[in-house]
Amino acid sequence: MTAELMREAFTIQGRNFDKAGEVSSELKVILRDLGIDAATVRRLVIVAFEGEMNVVMYAEHGNLTLILTEEDIRLEIKDEGPGIADIELAMKEGYSTASDEMREMGFGFGMGLPNMRRNSDEFRIESEVGKGTSVFARIKLDSHA
Amino acid sequence: MKLAEIKEILQCQVLTGEEDLSVDVSQVVASDGMSEILAFAKSKELMVTGLTNIQSIRTADIAGVIAVIYCRGKRPDKKVIEFAAQKRIPVLVTDMVMFDICGILYNRGLKGIS
Repeated sequence: MTAELMREAFTIQGRNFDKAGEVSSELKVILRDLGIDAATVRRLVIVAFEGEMNVVMYAEHGNLTLILTEEDIRLEIKDEGPGIADIELAMKEGYSTASDEMREMGFGFGMGLPNMRRNSDEFRIESEVGKGTSVFARIKLDSHA
Repeated sequence: MKLAEIKEILQCQVLTGEEDLSVDVSQVVASDGMSEILAFAKSKELMVTGLTNIQSIRTADIAGVIAVIYCRGKRPDKKVIEFAAQKRIPVLVTDMVMFDICGILYNRGLKGIS
């Protein structure tokens, strides 16, 4: 396994729509300051932002961990939320369980998870109903430059 | 096309970013769905939306769009404008509806993202 150059964890506050996205904005600044190319930063912050919004919309609490290695950037987003009963269905573009409040925020149109997968080189979801969801994404540093 | 020209064509009021209207715009992404903006914007597009909450600017920043135009005269809260100013994203508002905005800009040679 490639050595980790950096690991940083962030807390995501569920249900707080005013602060939703702050962690992803912070990641954007951190990665840009590290000199990561703009296209890679963009893909990663889209994954982070959609993931962060999911935590805010569905869970009470969650955390996001950013891991940088020489080869890739990894994101782990874990929440203590309702969990996803059917991950395959949740990954389908257009499928959504969003409330009106979420749609009023401009989210919940069934594109979040597909957007996350599209922008990742590797993408995995683990979930247990009633316990929570964990999302793992990996973006290679040399791809899609 | 310069953003300043778009401002005139769409009869926009500038809410923030008056000093950044000289930027060039060639592509437009228009939606009230933020994931749709995130899915299609490749960076440096003009974003047209009717969603005026803080998430619209958050999305604009994450997607890397060049400016935001709010349609049908919808005005964001002061804190949304301040946030856009902090992120250096020009924000304009027009009374025109989304359909007309897109039609007018398309006629002038601007394109969507496919």
